[in-house]
Amino acid sequence: MTLATNQQFISFALPGVAGTTSSPEDFGEAKALAVIFWCNHCPYVRAWEDRVIALQHEFAGRGVRFVLINSNDPAKYPEDSFEQMQVRARLKDYPFPYLFDENQEVARRYGATRTPEIFLFDAARTLRYHGAPDDNSEDPQAVRQHYLRDAVEAVLADQAPAVAETPPRGCSIKWR
Amino acid sequence: MAGGSFRDRHREPVYNRYVMRIDFLYWEDCPSHDEALRRLRAVLTEDEIAAEVQVTHVDTEELARALRFPGSPTIRVDGRDIQPETVAADGRLTCRLYLLDDGRPSPLPSAEMIRRAVRAAQAPAAATNSLGGTQP
Repeated sequence: MTLATNQQFISFALPGVAGTTSSPEDFGEAKALAVIFWCNHCPYVRAWEDRVIALQHEFAGRGVRFVLINSNDPAKYPEDSFEQMQVRARLKDYPFPYLFDENQEVARRYGATRTPEIFLFDAARTLRYHGAPDDNSEDPQAVRQHYLRDAVEAVLADQAPAVAETPPRGCSIKWR
Repeated sequence: MAGGSFRDRHREPVYNRYVMRIDFLYWEDCPSHDEALRRLRAVLTEDEIAAEVQVTHVDTEELARALRFPGSPTIRVDGRDIQPETVAADGRLTCRLYLLDDGRPSPLPSAEMIRRAVRAAQAPAAATNSLGGTQP
């Protein structure tokens, strides 16, 4: 079952592309923390990638942190191997940790099913938004609903996001 | 979306005339196929092209390999992929990455990309038809 809004976040510790293990507790001071299920190969991820990077840069100075997790089985999708994650993170100069959920346990505990799929928590680590980055993966200029941006702004203002849940739109997580 | 084929009844082909063959292959797991098929049909309608469109749901790895399926959605016009440069070597169940004209990645082919492929296939066929064909 997918983690529901107003539920508390679920901790984890996973290896990242930087060579260290990361945990959400590493970002204890963050006023908003987005756990984003991600991968290399998915065209939806690729289409949203620059926008998510730009959002992290935009909000970094206001205490907002994104953490990306790849839970795909690299045996089926070699582009999603840990080594390829490192390559992608370097290529795009990821401004966030990119973690490998090799046994897929974190994805199962969150109930994540897609990439990308966002779980945005407030300072108390209560889930405030779950879903897609915005309403148009294909064309950034045609976006009408900036779900993640609006939810982050709401959380920073200690308010409930107007839209707390949208259907994640993307590739399925590739289970073992 | 059910597999199968459709033909525009208002544009039935003239005897011995060229009818474009379009294969639309998709995997249900990728959410972009409905919009891609809608774009394909819109291009055919706007350009008034008689086409036989075969819609195939690729739902197993075996079928993906057999069809050399590069990902969902895939459109082949007279057997030629609409963006052959993004076709991987082996078929498998995955979502397809397209590169738009401005270089942006997209899970969907643009209508313009589909239109270019359709017109490119149509041009040599139209030249052949204008030479008289093989009417009895």
